[in-house]
Amino acid sequence: MVKQLVFAITLLATIGIFSFTINRILNYFRFTRPAFQVRHFNQRIWLTLNVAIGQTKIFRRPVMGFFHALVFWGFCVIAFGSIEMIIDGLFGTERCLKFLGPVYDVITASGDIFGLLVGISIIIFLVRRVFFHIKRFEGIEMKSVSHLDANIALGMILFLMLSLLGMNMAYYAGMGGTGLEGVYPVSRLLSGIFSGMPAAPIDLIYEICWWSHILLIFVFANVLPYSKHFHVFMSIPNVFLSRLEPLGHLPNMDDITREVQLMLNPDANFATPPSDAPVGRFGIRDAEDVTWKNYLDSLACTECGRCTAVCPANLTGKRLSPRKIIMDVRARMKEKGPGMVRKGKEFSDNKSLVRDYISEEELWACTTCNACARECPININHPVLIVDMRRYLVMEEASAPGGIKGVFSNIENNGAPWQFSPEDRLRWAQDIELHIN
Amino acid sequence: MEVRKVEIPVMADLHARGERPEFLFWVGCAGAFDDQYQKVTRAFAKILTFLNVSYAVLGKEESCTGDPARRAGNEMLYQMQALQNIALFNAYGIRKIITICPHCYNIFKNEYPDLGAKLDVINYLQFLDQCILSGKLNIDPHALSDVSITYHDPCYLGRANDIYFEPRSILRKLTSKVVEMERNKSFALCCGAGGGQMFKEAEKGNKEVYIERIEEALRTEARVIATACPFCMTMLTDGIKYKNREAEIKNYDIAELIVQSLNI
Repeated sequence: MVKQLVFAITLLATIGIFSFTINRILNYFRFTRPAFQVRHFNQRIWLTLNVAIGQTKIFRRPVMGFFHALVFWGFCVIAFGSIEMIIDGLFGTERCLKFLGPVYDVITASGDIFGLLVGISIIIFLVRRVFFHIKRFEGIEMKSVSHLDANIALGMILFLMLSLLGMNMAYYAGMGGTGLEGVYPVSRLLSGIFSGMPAAPIDLIYEICWWSHILLIFVFANVLPYSKHFHVFMSIPNVFLSRLEPLGHLPNMDDITREVQLMLNPDANFATPPSDAPVGRFGIRDAEDVTWKNYLDSLACTECGRCTAVCPANLTGKRLSPRKIIMDVRARMKEKGPGMVRKGKEFSDNKSLVRDYISEEELWACTTCNACARECPININHPVLIVDMRRYLVMEEASAPGGIKGVFSNIENNGAPWQFSPEDRLRWAQDIELHIN
Repeated sequence: MEVRKVEIPVMADLHARGERPEFLFWVGCAGAFDDQYQKVTRAFAKILTFLNVSYAVLGKEESCTGDPARRAGNEMLYQMQALQNIALFNAYGIRKIITICPHCYNIFKNEYPDLGAKLDVINYLQFLDQCILSGKLNIDPHALSDVSITYHDPCYLGRANDIYFEPRSILRKLTSKVVEMERNKSFALCCGAGGGQMFKEAEKGNKEVYIERIEEALRTEARVIATACPFCMTMLTDGIKYKNREAEIKNYDIAELIVQSLNI
């Protein structure tokens, strides 16, 4: 009974703190702009099964992708065991899912096997991060806290797996092969280390592992929202809410369409009444200008750097790093969000996303080649965000590199990015000969 | 051998005669003005004539799609261009467009519909591949059979629109020696010209993007680098010159290679 009470209080505290954090983060979504309407649910479900559950985009880097997939699939099966532990803890039951029979055997066996596989994968990840110099994990945006954040999360997962396997081994050894519920292929092999040990210490080891495993889950859940590993929660929703258009498509600015239509056809002025809604700022200058999708992308980003590793600008030494752009959105919202909660969307701290976080130099280095978006394992879209910031620079500040300004005036004056007269558009068509054999 | 002068049909003339061609051939600004890329326009026009395709160009009425303005953030200028172009398409009753430039293709196909355009947009590689597969265009398999070719995927055909099959299908008809670069198809590296980069100085860095790409292309030891985009062509031809390899390595558009093999 005491155990149940302690468990219930811990669970309540976990849920309380978690809800508080999540509520604060989700609250910032009300400062974001609309992006697109969420439709085509069948396509979205297929996409989620394919990209999130099937891990297809992470396999674009097959070796490390494979280990990540093991960790992800492991989390999925181990989650059943965690749910069982929570029910057992609350109601004082023991292995309450055992009534599932053969299904229970599958759940426990796969959880046990994946406990080992996830553990091994995490060790590989840690060794790579700590002992090897991986270019993808470096960059101007990767501060020492970023590395610490990654290593803490990996360490916690490693301890989760060790306690899981310890628990299973002690359970197997303690039962001595009789009355055992479920199947534990890995722990069975490893439980030999307990042979000859009396029952009491084995029970104690079991209790220690059980409690450390479930408490670590509670702590982990509350660390995640403050970490890049928030992606554990946000990736699947982010994939489900992907932009469905081809990568070559940029969102249309409907405000501008209305204005241009009036310009081209002034008679329409009388036909359509002006919209009541004030026209907002063109493009993105600061946190309140990003769309809900941009912000969701930033919360889901794992800082894996696959985007930056394929960026032609970054590869050739330019300052642009697509990963940094996404990280900056999250950091800026975290900085400005509390002020906007207190004083509303008009709140200003005399800083902005463009310039204080992201320089013009970074924005103008993008070739919009979409390599970053193609690579992102969870369908984050960087170029749409970058072009939206260019829209702010160009249309609100008339700021652009000289060559680009030249392109604008050429298109306006002679309908081509170069200074050629439309009269010369058929020059290529002279003196073409066709040889027919 | 018969030599025939190719007359390029212009939409306004056809309209005046009450004719309506099946396709609009959208030439694009680079197709009209860029010295090297004009040859690609001429090559494709030759193929269209050779195939007796019913088409016309807009000629002096053609104007920028607005793509370079849009990707550089000038949505206002883009929409001015786009809405005027759409009005022109509607005036001529144009429904089917063939483009050679991937940037024009992408913007017509993916972005003009947001402004009310109803167009059937075909990229020339899709068109040519269909013609070859259906037997309308018979490639001589011997003309270029001993030439090794590597293909550089333009971002706006590849990643932007998932066109990877057609260019390779065509090239395999031309030669058995198609070699891939290390980064190809959806992994392909940009030539460095997209998103307005073509028209400005590159930001400070330690290398030009086109040098990085040409080095990769040269590592394949292919004699021909095939491109399918005017900006990629400018960049990669510059890269070949930068590496002083213009004597032995050539950069051709796929349309030019087809004309060479047809010997028309």
